[in-house]
Amino acid sequence: MSEVVLDASEQGFATTRLEDLLGWARKYSLFMYPFVTACCGMEFMSLTGPRFDLSRFGAEAPRFSPRQSDLLWVVGTISQRQAPVLRRIYEQMMDPKWVLAFGTCASCGGFYDNYTTVPGIDKIIKCDVYVPGCPPRPEAVLDGLMLIQDKIASGDRRPRTVKPREDPAELLPAGRRLNVLKEPPPKRFSTKEDA
Amino acid sequence: MSKAALEKLQATFGDAILETHSDCGDDTALVKAESWKPICEFLRKDPQLDFDYLVDLCGVDYPERAAQKQRIEVVLHLCSIGKRHRLRLKARVGSGEDEELEGAEIDSVTSIWPGANWFERETYDMLGVTFRGHPDMRRILMYPEFVGHPLLKTYPAQRTQPLVAYRTEEEAGVPLEKQAPFGDDEGLAFPRNDHDRDAEDPRTKLNPHKTEAI
Repeated sequence: MSEVVLDASEQGFATTRLEDLLGWARKYSLFMYPFVTACCGMEFMSLTGPRFDLSRFGAEAPRFSPRQSDLLWVVGTISQRQAPVLRRIYEQMMDPKWVLAFGTCASCGGFYDNYTTVPGIDKIIKCDVYVPGCPPRPEAVLDGLMLIQDKIASGDRRPRTVKPREDPAELLPAGRRLNVLKEPPPKRFSTKEDA
Repeated sequence: MSKAALEKLQATFGDAILETHSDCGDDTALVKAESWKPICEFLRKDPQLDFDYLVDLCGVDYPERAAQKQRIEVVLHLCSIGKRHRLRLKARVGSGEDEELEGAEIDSVTSIWPGANWFERETYDMLGVTFRGHPDMRRILMYPEFVGHPLLKTYPAQRTQPLVAYRTEEEAGVPLEKQAPFGDDEGLAFPRNDHDRDAEDPRTKLNPHKTEAI
C-alpha cells in the first residue's frame, strides 16, 4: 500500500518490499490484449493514437496473443455467442492478469437488456475496473487505466468503477429526476436577431 | 410504374393475389403462400418487370392471426435496377398459440435470387419460418444451442440462454452487485426494469447468478 516504492538512501542502496517492487514494475509495463467487439473500439483507437497517447502510461504494446499479455481490455458488447470465446481468451492469459471493462456494454450489458447480450463481463470472468460511458471519454478510460495501476501497485483486487468527475445523481435531492431544465440553456452564439 | 406490375400480377395470377395497395408510392401485394415461388419466378423473368435485385426478406409475427393460420408474415422487397421500380410482396403462413409454430413453411426463393440465402436463414433463426428447398437451412445469428425463436412476440423478453454458466458470488469471491453507476438504479432517479410487466412470471424471471436450462 506504500506510495513510495523505492526509497533511496544516501548510502546508494534502496530497501523495499518484494511485492511493492513487483507491483511497481508491473504497473508500468502492461501488455494489453484488446478484445474489441463494438463501437467502443473507435474510442479505443483514439485512445491509443497520438492525441490521448496511452503509451504515456506504460501500456504501449498491444499483444494479439493472450499468452503474452496481462491486461485484457473488453471493449464493446459481449453477446452470448461470444461469451465462450472471451472466457477462453481470459483463461489463456498468464497470471498475474487484469481485466478492464471498457464502456457500459462490457460493464453491465448497457441498454441491450435482451436474449442476446451478456449483462456485464463479470458474469463470466473476473473484472477489475469498470469504465462507464457509451462510449467513455478517453479521459475516463485513462482514469480507469490509472486506477488499474493503483490496484496493481497495492495488490488490491476488489472491482472498482471509474466515477464521473461530477456525479449528477448525487447533486439532486432524493426523488428528483434528472434532465429537468428550469431555464433555457444560455445562448452560445449571437444571432442576427440579437444585433 | 410498378402499379403496372401489380396489375400485371393480378392479370396473370388472379385469385392468388389476395390484396394489393399502393400507399405512399409503396406497391404491395399480399399473395397466397402456395403461389409464392411461381410469382417470384414470374417477377424475376418477365422482361417488363425484371426484378433483378432482392433488397430484403424478413418476417413479422402477428400472434392474433394464429387462428387463421396467418401468424407469420413473410415480407419480400424487390427492386429492378434496369426498370427502376420496386415492389413489396407478402405472404402469411403458420399457426400456433405460444412458442410452438405449426405449418410455418414457405418455398425458398434462393434459386431465383441467390442473395435470399442468408435472409431466409435469418428469418428462420428469428421467427422459425422454414423455407422449403433452401440449400442450408440452419441458424445464422444465434448459436445452435439456442432454443426457440427470439423475435416471436411470445418469446419472453427477459429469457436468456447463456452458453457460459454465470459466476456465482462464491466463485467470484466478491459481490457481483455493482457500484453506482452500475448498481440497480444505475445512478438514475427511477428504477430499471419497471417496464417489465411479466416480472412475476417465473418463466421470464432473469436470475443473473444462475443458469437455467430452458
